[in-house]
Amino acid sequence: MIKLDSFRNETRTWLEENCPPGMRTPMPDDERVWGGKKPVFKHPDAKTWMDRMIERGWTAPRWPREYGGGGLSLAEAEILSEEMNRLGCRPPLFSFGLGMLGPLLLDIGTATEKERYLPPITRGEIWWCQGYSEPGAGSDLAGLQTRAEDKGDHYLVNGQKVWTSYAHHADWIFCLVRTDTSVKHAGISFLLFDMESPGIEVRPIKLISGTSVFCETFFDDVRVPKDQLIGEINGGWAIAKQLLAHERSMISQLGARGGNRLPPFKDMARRYVGDGNGRIADPLLRDLIARELINDRAFESTSKRAMGAAGAAAGLASMLKYYGTEQNKRKMEVLMKCAGSAGLGWEGDEFADDDLVLCRSWLRSKGNSIEGGTSEVQLNVIAKRELGLPD
Amino acid sequence: MIEQLTQEDRKLLRDTAARFFHERSPITALRQLRDKKDAVGFDPGLWREISDMGWAGILIDENDGGVGLGSQALGVILEQSGRSLAASPFVATVLSAAPIISSAGNPEQRGNALPGVSNGVLVISLAHEESPRHAPHQISTRAAKNVDGYTINGKKTFVLDGHVADLFLLVARTAGQNEERAGISLFLIDSSLPGINIKRTTMVDSRNAAHIQFDNVQIPANSIIGKAGYGAEILDPVLDGARAGIASEMLGTAQKTFDITIEYLKTREQFGAPIGSFQALKHRAAEMFCEIELARSAVYSALQALDQKASNTAELVCVAKAKACDMIELVSNEAVQMHGGVGMTDEANIGLFLKRARVAQQLFGDVIFHRQRFADLIGI
Ligand SMILES: Cc1cc2nc3c(=O)[nH]c(=O)nc-3n(C[C@H](O)[C@H](O)[C@H](O)COP(=O)(O)OP(=O)(O)OC[C@H]3O[C@@H](n4cnc5c(N)ncnc54)[C@H](O)[C@@H]3O)c2cc1C
Repeated sequence: MIKLDSFRNETRTWLEENCPPGMRTPMPDDERVWGGKKPVFKHPDAKTWMDRMIERGWTAPRWPREYGGGGLSLAEAEILSEEMNRLGCRPPLFSFGLGMLGPLLLDIGTATEKERYLPPITRGEIWWCQGYSEPGAGSDLAGLQTRAEDKGDHYLVNGQKVWTSYAHHADWIFCLVRTDTSVKHAGISFLLFDMESPGIEVRPIKLISGTSVFCETFFDDVRVPKDQLIGEINGGWAIAKQLLAHERSMISQLGARGGNRLPPFKDMARRYVGDGNGRIADPLLRDLIARELINDRAFESTSKRAMGAAGAAAGLASMLKYYGTEQNKRKMEVLMKCAGSAGLGWEGDEFADDDLVLCRSWLRSKGNSIEGGTSEVQLNVIAKRELGLPD
Repeated sequence: MIEQLTQEDRKLLRDTAARFFHERSPITALRQLRDKKDAVGFDPGLWREISDMGWAGILIDENDGGVGLGSQALGVILEQSGRSLAASPFVATVLSAAPIISSAGNPEQRGNALPGVSNGVLVISLAHEESPRHAPHQISTRAAKNVDGYTINGKKTFVLDGHVADLFLLVARTAGQNEERAGISLFLIDSSLPGINIKRTTMVDSRNAAHIQFDNVQIPANSIIGKAGYGAEILDPVLDGARAGIASEMLGTAQKTFDITIEYLKTREQFGAPIGSFQALKHRAAEMFCEIELARSAVYSALQALDQKASNTAELVCVAKAKACDMIELVSNEAVQMHGGVGMTDEANIGLFLKRARVAQQLFGDVIFHRQRFADLIGI
C-alpha cells in the first residue's frame, strides 16, 4: 500500500511537471497521434508529450522495459491511468500496435520477433493496420479468401481486404491469409508485411461521420519474406482469435476512457440540461443520465475485476466488448436527447465545437458495436464459451 | 478498519457457506414452511445453526460477542443463502437492527442485545417503513417525551419477521416534519409492551413481515439509542450496509436462477434440438450473463467500500442496489419465459425465485429510489 501511495505521488508530480497544458484538454479526432514513419502532430504540444512518455516507457505502461515499456504492475498501471484521467491528460499515442499486435507478440512471439517489432511500437515509429475483414468474410471471418502462396523464399499474396482502418496511413499490416484452400479454419496463416511493398493499393472509404478512417485494400502479387510469418503455417486462426481478444478489450474501454474527444458524459449532460448549479431539473432526463452513470460505474468495476482475474480470456473480453460498446452508444443517444437541435449540427461557426464533435461522435459510436466483431458475434461467443450452450 | 479478505479466505468461506445452505436449507425447506403455514416462518433450529457458524455475529465486534468479519465476508454468506432461498431472520436482525446497536448503542443496550443476536436467541426487527415504498425519512410515528420516557403513537409496515421479534428497533420522530432528516430518533424496545398491536403479513416470497400499530405505548427513557433527533445519522449508514447485503443475496438468487435456466436450455428439446441451440434464446442468455457480471462487480465494489469506510460508499451502494434490482428483474422474468409452461407451475422452483426477487428488490429501496439517490449524491 505504502509503495503504491508513493508511486501515486511520484506519478502525479511527474505528470503535472511534464504534461503540457495543451495536452490536458479534450482531443478533437484529428489531433490524435498515431506515430508512424511520417508522424503528424497537429497540436504543437503533441510531440513533446509523446516523446516524454516514450522516454518514461509509458506509451506501453505494462510492457517489459527491454521493449520500451514501463514495466508497471497492474495496480501501478491502474494508478497511472487514474492520475492521467484526473489531470485530463490525452493519451500520448494511439496504435493498433499498442492495443493488438504488441500484446499478441508478448504472448506468443519469439525472442527475435519481440526485439524486431515491439520497440518501434512503443516508440511510435511504425503505424500498424489490421487486415482481417474481406468483402465475403466479416462475421464469418474464417471464410477469408486472400491467398498466400509459398514461392520458396517468399509468400505471394493476392486478394482483397475491406474496412482496413487507416490502411492509407499505415506503414505495416498484420494480415490474415489463406495458405490452404481445402480446409476452412485450419488453412489460415498470420503474416506481417510492409505497406510499401509493390502491389498494394488502398482506397479510403468515407464513414457516416464524415471522416475516412477505413479503406479497401488490394493485394496484387505482393511478395512477403518468409520470416514474417507469425506462428506456424496454417496455424493462424488461433492467433487471430487471440489478437481479437486483445482488440475487444481495447475497444470496450473506448467509451470509458482513452478516446476523450468529448468532456466527460456528466459534464456534457449538465452543459445541455443543467441549471447554474449543475442540477438537472427535468426528472426524466435526470433519470436517463443517472442510469448511464450507474452503468458506467458498474462497468468500471467490471473492467478492473476482469483485468485482475483472467487478462483477456475470450468470454470476458467478449462481455466487456459487448457491454462497453453498447453502453457507449446508449450514452451518446442520451447526450443527443439532452442536446436537442444543438447536437444536430453538421458543420459551421453557428455551432460550438463540442456540439459538432458530439454529433460526429454519436455517428461514429454506431461502429463500436460492429468493429472488432459485432455485438451479435460477441453474444454468440459468450453463449458458447461461457455458457456452453449447444450449436 | 476491517482487514481485506484474501482470495483463499473468501473461497473457503464461500465453500463452507455453499455446503451449509445446500445441506441444511435446501429449497424444499422453504416449501415446507410455506405449505404448513408455519407460525414462525423460518426454522429456529436453522437460525441457531447459522449462529453456531458465527454468521449471525459476523458484523458484530468481538468485544460485543460477535466475530467482526465485516461486509465482504457477510456478502459471501448472503450470496450463498440467496442461492437456496434460505429463510431466516438474517436480514431483519443481522443486516439492519443489530448494526444500529453496534454503531450507536450504549454499553447496556449492547450487552442486552448483541450477544443474543450472535447466539441466535434474539430476533430484533427494524420497525421503520411507514409506506409501501422505501422512504427512509418519511417518519410520522411520534415519540413524545414525558417524565417516564416516551409515548409512542404511529404505524409501521413491512417490518421483517416483526410477528416473532423479541425486540424492535423503532424509528420514530421526536421533532420535525414528516420528510425531515432531522428529528428522527431510534429506540430499542420490547415487542410485548402494552399498546403494541402486531399483525402478521404473509408475503409472496413465503416469508413474513408485520404491520405494527403503536397506541400510546409507554417506553422507558433509556431505550433511546444515540441522541434524540439525530437518528438518521446512525440509520443512513446502516441502511447502506443492509442494501449492499441484500444486493449480495440477490446476486446469489439470480445466479442460481440463471444456472437452473441454462441447464434447462441444454436439456429441453423442441423441433428436434435443445432449445439452447436457438439463437433467440442464446443471445438473451448471454445478455443475462453480462448483466449478472456487471451487478456482481458493483456489489463487490460496494462491500469493499463499506469495509474500507471509503468516502464514496453511499454512491457505490446505490450503484450496487440499482444494478442488482434491474439485473434480477431481467433474470427472474427471462427464467420463467424460457421454462415455458413449466415456469408457471408451482412445482418448479423458478416461481419461488421470481417471488423472492421482487421482495428483495423492494427491500431498502428499489431501482427508482437508488437512481434518484445516486443523482442526488453526485449533485446532478
Ligand atoms: C469503424 C470500423 C472499423 C473497422 N476496422 C477494421 C480493421 O481495421 N480491420 C478489419 O479487418 N476489419 C475492420 N472492420 C470490420 C469489422 O470487423 C466487420 O465490419 C465486422 O466484423 C462485421 O462484418 P461485416 O461488416 O461483414 O458484417 P456482416 O458479418 O455481414 O454482418 C451483418 C449483420 O449480420 C449479423 N450477423 C452476422 N453473422 C451472424 C451470426 N452468426 N449470428 C447473428 N448475427 C449475425 C451481424 O451481427 C450484423 O448485424 C471495421 C469495421 C468498422 C465499422
